[in-house]
Amino acid sequence: MSGKAVVITSGKGGVGKTTTTANLGVALALEGKSVVLLDADIGLRNLDVVLGLENRIVYDIVNVIDGMVDFRKALIKDKRVEGLYLLPAAQTRDKDAVSPEQMRKLIEDIKAEFDYVLIDCPAGIEQGFLNAIVGADEAVVVVTPEVSSVRDADRVVGLLDKKGEIPMENISMLVNRIRMDMVRKKEMLDVSDIEELLRIKVLGVIPDDESVIVSTNKGEPVVLNGKNHLAQAYRDAAGRILGREIPFEEKHQGFVGTVLRFFGLAE
Amino acid sequence: MFDFRRIFGLDSGSKKTAKERLRLVLIHDRTTISQETLEDMKRDLIAVISKYIDIDVSDLEFRMEAQDEKVALVANIPIAENKEVIKGA
Repeated sequence: MSGKAVVITSGKGGVGKTTTTANLGVALALEGKSVVLLDADIGLRNLDVVLGLENRIVYDIVNVIDGMVDFRKALIKDKRVEGLYLLPAAQTRDKDAVSPEQMRKLIEDIKAEFDYVLIDCPAGIEQGFLNAIVGADEAVVVVTPEVSSVRDADRVVGLLDKKGEIPMENISMLVNRIRMDMVRKKEMLDVSDIEELLRIKVLGVIPDDESVIVSTNKGEPVVLNGKNHLAQAYRDAAGRILGREIPFEEKHQGFVGTVLRFFGLAE
Repeated sequence: MFDFRRIFGLDSGSKKTAKERLRLVLIHDRTTISQETLEDMKRDLIAVISKYIDIDVSDLEFRMEAQDEKVALVANIPIAENKEVIKGA
C-alpha cells in the first residue's frame, strides 16, 4: 500500500491549521481510512491538545528520527475513532533536530502502511516549513478572509510549487472562519474573491463558529460528535480529499438565481 | 453586465478595498526578485550595453517599480558625455 501525504499549511499563524488537521483526520478515519496525524511543529506542539491526546504521549517524532523507537511504537491510537493515530512533535527540541531527508524517509515509511498522513505544518516559511512540506504529495493551504492571511497564502503557494515540488494541481485551499453575515454586507472577502486572487481550487469552506473553541477546550474535534453545519463542512472537505465531487452550497439557484446574477446581485 | 450593485450602493463595503489592495500586493509579491539577483542583472546589463555605447555608470538607475496593475523593471542609463559614444558606428 502506498498512501498519500497531505501537508496542512498557511504561512500565517493562528488561522486554524491544527484544528483543520485534527478535523480532516477524524473525518477521513470516519470514512474508514487509516490516518496518521503528524505534528511537524517541533518545539510548539499542539495537535495533541486539540485532539485531547496530550496525556498519552510517550515518544515523539524526534525519538523516532533519532532511531530510539520505531514509528509504530510512537503512534498514539485514538480510542474514539478506528484507524486514527497521532505522531506527536517533540516539545523540548528545536526545529533543527530534524532534517528534510529524515522527514521524507519517515513519511515514506508511514505511507507504506497507512492510507493518509496529514502533516500539521508550523507557521512561517523557514526550516520547519521546509521539513513539513518535503514529503508531501498534496497541500491544503488554510486561509482566512483577511488581507494578511491571503497574502501569506499566496507566498506559500509559490514556495510549495518551487521548493516542495508540489504541482499547482495538487494544491488546494480551505477557507476558514468565513462570516456570511459580513460577506453579505460586503465587509468580508468571499470565497470567490479569494479564489480569484490565489488561483487555486477550493477544498472546503468552514464557517466561523464558536463551537470550535468549545471543542478545543474539551479536546474533542467537532467532527467527532457534531451533526451541525460545521462538522458537515469538514466532512465535505475530507470527501473532496478522497476525490469525490461534492457541490458547495448554492445560495441562489434556478430562475431567481439567473435573474439576480444578471443584475449583479448574486454570485 | 449592468452594474446594479453600484447604483444601489451594494458594492461600497470594505471588501472591495481589501480585494483591490490585495490584487496589487500579490502582483508585486509574485514578481519581486532578490536584491542580489537585481545586482547580477544590473552588472550583466551594463556589460552588454557598454559593448555598444559608453555609459555613465555613476548615475545609473535600475529598480523594480509597481505601476498600476503591473510591475516594471525600470532602467535609466545615462550615456557618457563628451565622448564618441556610438562605438563601431
